Amino acid sequence: MRQLVILAVVFAFIAAAPAIITSEFTQNVIIMVLYAALLGQAWNILGGYGGQFSFGHAAYFGTGAYTVAVLQVQLGVNPWIGLVIGALFSMAVAAFIGFATFRYGLRGSYFALVTLAFAEVLRILSNSVGFTGAGVGILIPLAPGAANMQFETKTGFFFLIWVLTLSSFLVVWWIGHSRFGASLAAVRDNEDAARALGVNAFRVKMGAIMLSGLFSGLAGIFYAQYFLYLDPYIAYGPAISVESLLVPIIGGMGTLFGPLLGAAALHVVSEATRELIGDVPGISLALYGALLVVMVMFMPRGLAGLLARLGVRRRAASGEMPRA
Amino acid sequence: MLEIRGICKSFGGVRASRDVTLTVPEGHITSLIGPNGSGKTTLFAQITGFLKPDAGSVHFLGEDITGMAPEAIARRGMVRTFQIVQPFTGQTVRENIAVGAHLHRASRADALARAEEVAHRVGLGDRLDLDAASLTVAGRKRLEVARALATDPKLILFDEVLAGLNPSEIRDVIPVIRDIRQSGITIFMIEHVMQAVMSLSEYSWVLNQGEVIAEGTPAEIVTDEKVIEAYLGKGMAKRIAERQGIHA
Repeated sequence: MRQLVILAVVFAFIAAAPAIITSEFTQNVIIMVLYAALLGQAWNILGGYGGQFSFGHAAYFGTGAYTVAVLQVQLGVNPWIGLVIGALFSMAVAAFIGFATFRYGLRGSYFALVTLAFAEVLRILSNSVGFTGAGVGILIPLAPGAANMQFETKTGFFFLIWVLTLSSFLVVWWIGHSRFGASLAAVRDNEDAARALGVNAFRVKMGAIMLSGLFSGLAGIFYAQYFLYLDPYIAYGPAISVESLLVPIIGGMGTLFGPLLGAAALHVVSEATRELIGDVPGISLALYGALLVVMVMFMPRGLAGLLARLGVRRRAASGEMPRA
Repeated sequence: MLEIRGICKSFGGVRASRDVTLTVPEGHITSLIGPNGSGKTTLFAQITGFLKPDAGSVHFLGEDITGMAPEAIARRGMVRTFQIVQPFTGQTVRENIAVGAHLHRASRADALARAEEVAHRVGLGDRLDLDAASLTVAGRKRLEVARALATDPKLILFDEVLAGLNPSEIRDVIPVIRDIRQSGITIFMIEHVMQAVMSLSEYSWVLNQGEVIAEGTPAEIVTDEKVIEAYLGKGMAKRIAERQGIHA
């Protein structure tokens, strides 16, 4: 319950931002942080809570993004309907990949490699078929208006991503307080022991990958509507997969607030480097790699783990007993 | 309650189970003993669905459960513990036990309440909020028992829950096991600690090299010639008998 209150306060606080901050630049930063938090939270469901490290979340992101774009451009389907269809398609792709991997008991690095391969296959496919615009990419025609999910101000996009991100956080809060979440964590920590206690590991992992794919797809849909342009490398390229996993690893895997902390930290760092070094090609990837190594080596529980530790120390200093 | 008919299992040239047939009656504590490597744990794995037997069948409550998944078997009321303890490390004792409690309880609050109740029953009541990784060996063994118990099983298979414990810890755990049996749960246990087998079990099956070589009450088993030879080597039964003759 305490977590839910904190969640409500944090998101209420964020919701007030566009009213206070008028700078388009800062509003854009907040939107991108929320978007990264959604992407990270999606990965966190499967990777953080389920212990299944996917290197190919671009598969779901790209499917969501391309679905909403192709439906608009080729068939003239309204993006709000496209959002629903895109989310379902992303979930279906996740179900397919989950079935193909979990059915045969792939774990650890094997699972990671196969998910990476699936994302690459989709990237190559989207590069070679016509209706996605192939290598040229696909441009969503500008048609400002909330009915077309193209808001005239940043505030509109802000509230769209705010709702999507909040919904992912609410789902993850529920996971932390449900039988499904308990089963998922049990499978993560010891699959055999979980099965011996009656946990259907396959079904639980399928549930996790489908939820994960759903939210990744929603992030993709938002991306498509915000930037109005996609190509195979943006939608299905490894950069999205890396960002998906980096955010929760930095913030704290398997924690509710980790992805938000990670998204904020990542943006602060990348904005700072852009200020200091400028737009050197590939610098952000090099930096991400370095960050990942540092986090895994020194702070495996991420920023959320660090905050928890500081909290315990402060309470201990003020004479209260830490909670075990 | 549990019937095993003609189970065979080979790993390459090693025949881990050779035509094993045995039964576990409802409401009692039955034990499975045998020297190291005699195929006890392999048999447990086949009963609970972790391994598929090459031949033969397993029947639980009249239903053929051969080849079913472990989770399907657990749902029918048969759970096992592991000889090498398998805690969910990083989770608290309470959360560990709640995983078992969730089997028949959808609500988180119900499962956590049940976990607390079970923890008190097995003597972990004071360690509910500790990380399972911080428990001692004895604590982890209790946790294995608690998780299994929390699933509300009809039959529990204990795989050496007393191994690795010191005599005073064994003395503490024996009443816990007896209490489980009193509450109406049937127990089938693999055990090396003879003190426990003698004081707890009502009927024993003895495996050697994958074969059932003897069955009977513990008192009968310990004087069985084949059993003594399986444990101590060929000819030992005779020598012990002779020596007892001299002393008598």
